[in-house]
Amino acid sequence: MQRNGLITSPIRSLRSRQYHDHAMTILIYSTACLALLPLIAILWSTISHGSTRFDWYFLTHNMKGVVGGLYPYGGVLNAILGTLLITITATLISVPIGLFTAIYMVEYAHGGVISTMISFLVDVMSGIPSIVAGLFAYALFSFFFGPGCINGFVGAVALSILMIPTVIRSCEQMLDIVPRDLREASYALGATKSRTIINIVLRSSLPGIVSGVLLAIARVIGETAPLLIASGSVSFTNLNLFNGRMSSLPVYVYNQYAEGMAVCSASARAAVHPCIPGIRMERAWAAALVLILIVLFLNLIGRFISHRFSVSHL
Amino acid sequence: MIHTSSTHSTSTFVSRTLCRYADTIFKYITLIAGLIILFILTAVTVFLLIQAAPAMVGDKNQTVWAIRSLSGGRTIHFWTYVGPLIFGTILTSFLALVCALFIALGVALFITQYAPRPLAFILSHVIDLLAAVPSVIFGLWGGLVLVPSTYPFWKWMNTYFGWIPLFSGQASNPPRTVATVSLVLTIMILPIICSMARDIFQQTPVLLKEAALGLGATQWEMIKLAVLPFGKKGVISAAMLGLGRALGETMAVLMILSPGDLYSWKLLVASQNQTIAANIAAQFPESDSAGVSVLIATGLVLFVITFLVNIAAHHLTGNAIHTKQKNNIRHPLCINKQFIRCSETD
Amino acid sequence: MGQGLEVINENIYYGAFHAVENVTMSIHKNAITALIGPSGCGKSTFLRTLNRMHEVTPKAYCTGEVLLDGVNLYGKDINLVDVRRQIGMVFQKANPFPTMSIRDNVLAGIRLNHKRLSKTEADDLVEWALQGANLWNEVRDKLSSPGIALSGGQQQRLCIARAVAMHPSVLLMDEPTSALDPISTLAIEDLITELKKEFTIVIVTHNMQQAARCSDYTGFFNVQGNGKPSHLVEFNQTEQLFSNPLQRETDDYISGHFG
Repeated sequence: MQRNGLITSPIRSLRSRQYHDHAMTILIYSTACLALLPLIAILWSTISHGSTRFDWYFLTHNMKGVVGGLYPYGGVLNAILGTLLITITATLISVPIGLFTAIYMVEYAHGGVISTMISFLVDVMSGIPSIVAGLFAYALFSFFFGPGCINGFVGAVALSILMIPTVIRSCEQMLDIVPRDLREASYALGATKSRTIINIVLRSSLPGIVSGVLLAIARVIGETAPLLIASGSVSFTNLNLFNGRMSSLPVYVYNQYAEGMAVCSASARAAVHPCIPGIRMERAWAAALVLILIVLFLNLIGRFISHRFSVSHL
Repeated sequence: MIHTSSTHSTSTFVSRTLCRYADTIFKYITLIAGLIILFILTAVTVFLLIQAAPAMVGDKNQTVWAIRSLSGGRTIHFWTYVGPLIFGTILTSFLALVCALFIALGVALFITQYAPRPLAFILSHVIDLLAAVPSVIFGLWGGLVLVPSTYPFWKWMNTYFGWIPLFSGQASNPPRTVATVSLVLTIMILPIICSMARDIFQQTPVLLKEAALGLGATQWEMIKLAVLPFGKKGVISAAMLGLGRALGETMAVLMILSPGDLYSWKLLVASQNQTIAANIAAQFPESDSAGVSVLIATGLVLFVITFLVNIAAHHLTGNAIHTKQKNNIRHPLCINKQFIRCSETD
Repeated sequence: MGQGLEVINENIYYGAFHAVENVTMSIHKNAITALIGPSGCGKSTFLRTLNRMHEVTPKAYCTGEVLLDGVNLYGKDINLVDVRRQIGMVFQKANPFPTMSIRDNVLAGIRLNHKRLSKTEADDLVEWALQGANLWNEVRDKLSSPGIALSGGQQQRLCIARAVAMHPSVLLMDEPTSALDPISTLAIEDLITELKKEFTIVIVTHNMQQAARCSDYTGFFNVQGNGKPSHLVEFNQTEQLFSNPLQRETDDYISGHFG
C-alpha cells in the first residue's frame, strides 16, 4: 500500500510520512517524560513527608508502650532488626541453592531433560505471586508445627521462594558470559572440572554474581504481603527467628498506614509533648524513607560493583 | 613421562583419588541444588492443596460458616465467593497492562532508537530504580498522595466521558477506586515491561535497521519495519510477565482500593471490586483455621491464573529459548572450527 | 626434554558424525610438526585429541592409540588430568585469565593443580617461564599488573609462558598467530624455534608460509567432500613436502589451487 502511494503521488505521500514521523517522535518523547514523573513524585513525597519523623530517636526505639498519638512517639528499631534478620536468613537459604543450580545448568547439564525441566520450573517459580509464597510458607509450617505457626523463619522461607529464581537467572547469565576459552585454558593446564569452575569461572564472574545477589536482596527486602502472613508484627524487638512474631519494615509501614489517624483530646494537643493525630502517617512515611534508603543503597552498591569490578573479557 | 597409577607413590595416588571424588561430589551437589527447585515447586503445590482441601471438600458446615463470614453473608459457595475476586483481579491487572504496555513501548523505543547515549543511560537507570521501589511504598504513596490529588481528574473524566460505561456512575471521593489502583499498578509494571522491551529492541540487527533506512524509510517507518517485528514475540512475553506481576500484586491494592464484591465495570466508583491477593491479606489476620483454608484455596486459584499466564509467556518465548539452547551447543564448535563447517550448517 | 608422540589408527567422531579418519603419524621429539590444510579439515580437532581436549566437547570421542613415549594416552588407568599436564596447549586466541596478574597467570597451572611452591621457587619459575617465552624483559617491572593489560602478541606469549611453566614434554599450538599482526607473529615464530630445544611442538596453521618457515615436519589434512571424514593426505619432512609432494592433492593445495 505504501509502495502504491509512493508511485502515484510521491510528494504528498512524503509530506504525510514526515508528518507521521514527527507525530510519533513527539509521542515517544512524551512517554519518556511521563515515565520519569512517578519516580520523582514518589521519592519527593517519601523524603518530604518522611523527614518529619526521621531522626536518631526514631531509628533507635521500638514501639513498646506507644499509645495513640501520645508521647513517647515510638520508633522503627524492631522493624529494622527484623527486616535484617529475615532478609539475611532468606539470602543464606537462597544463594547456595541458586548458585549451585546455576552452575549445574551452565556447566553440567547439556540441554538434557532435567535441565529443561528445571529451567521451566524456575520460570514458573519467578511468577509465583508474593502472597502465594507467604501462604505456602504458612501452610508448610502449620502442617508440621500446628496452625498459627508464625515467626521470622517462616517469613524467611517465603522470601527465599521469591529470591531463588532471581538468583538463579542472574548467576546463569554471569556464568554464561565467561568465555569458553578460559575454561579450555584451565583444562589444558590439567585442572579438574570442579577446580576450573571454582577458580576460573566463579572467580571471573564473582562481581556479577555479587551484584546480582545484592539486587535480588533489594527486591525481596521490600516484600510486604508474604511477611504480613508469615511473620506478622510485634511492638517489641524480637531477635529470635524461631519464636514468636517478628516485625519488618514493610509490614511496619503497612500497619501504621492501616491503623489510621489517632484521636487526640484538646488538652493532650496542648501538652509539652503534644498528642499528634497524624503520628502514624508520619511514622509510616519515615519507615518508608528508611526502607527506600536501604533499597537504593543496595541497588547503587550492586550496580557499582558490576560496573567497577567486572572484568572485561577481551 | 605419563604416570600410570601403578607408578604413583601411595600418597599422591590417594590425593589424586580424593580429587576425582571431589569432582564427582561437586557435580552432585550442583545437581541436588537443581533438584531442590523441582522439589520446592512440587511442595508449594502440594501444601497449598492440602491446606485448601477442607475448603473444597472438607467439613461442609465449617466451610459454609467460614465462607459466609468471609463474604459478609453474601454466599455460602466457594466459587460464588471467589468469582467476583477473580473478576476484580483480572479487571485491574488488565487495565494496568493496557496502559503500561503503550508507555513502556514508547520509553523503550525512546531509549533504544531516539535518545542520545547519556540520556538513554540515565533513563534506563531511572526505570530500573522505579522497579526497585517496594510495593508497600507504592501503596502508601497511592493512598496518601495519589488518591486525594487525582479526584479532580476522575471527576472530569466522569463528566465528559460518563457516556462510556467504564466511566459511568457517580465518581467517588476519595477515589479509592479500580481506576486509581490500575494507575498505580500501571506504574508498578511499567519498568518490568520497559526493561525487557528495551533489551529486545537493542538486539535488533543493525543490518536490518540500515536496510530499512537505506530504502528511504523515516525513523518511525524504520521502527515499524525493522524494530517492532523483530521484538514482537519478546514484547508479548514481557507483557505477560507484567500481567503476572499485576495479578499477584497485594499491597498497592490493599492500601488503596475500597473493596466490594460485585461484577462491576464502573471504574470510577468505590466499593465495587476486590482482588484475590488483597482479599487474602485483608482477611487473613482475622480468620480461623476454616477461614484460612478458604483463603488458601483462593490463593491456589490465583496461583493457577498466574501459572497459566506464565505458561503463555513461556510458550511464546519457547521457540526463542529453544534456538538459544541449540546455539549453546553448536556455537563453540563453530568458533573452534571443529567438525562442521559453520557456513554450511547455519 | 621433549618426547615423541606416536599416533596409530586414530578415528575421531562427533556423535554419529565421523570427523577424522584413520590417522597414523609419528611426531618426532624436539622438532616442530606443522599441520596444514583448508579450514574445516579437522586439523584442530586432531590436535585437540593429542591431549584429550576434545573430551570437553559433549559427544566427541576417538578411537585408536596415541602413545607418548610408549604409553597410550587413552589407556585404562591414565588420568586425563595427567595427560594435560604432560602435553600443554596454546590456543588460537590469547586467553590469559582476566582476574589474575601476569605472575599469577604464569603460576596458574601450578596453583590449579594444588601444588605448593615457596616464594623463591615461584619467583624462579615465573622468571624461567617468562624468559622461555621471550617476555621477561618486557614485563619484569609489572608482574603484578593484570595479564589482559598486555598487547595481543604479549598476551599470546604469556599464554605460552603459562603452558611452559608446567614443564610439559609436548606443546600443542592451535593457530597461535592467526589473531596477531605480522610483527607479533614473527616474534612468536622465533620463540617457537627457540622452544623446540626443550619441547616437542605441534602447531596447527592455515598459513603455509608459516609452516614452511619454521617447521621440521608437515602433515597435510584434507576433506574429500561435505559430510565425509577428513584424513591425513601426506606427512613428511617440511622441505620434502613443499618441494616434492608425493600426492597430487598436496601439490594442488600448496600451489594454491584450492583452500
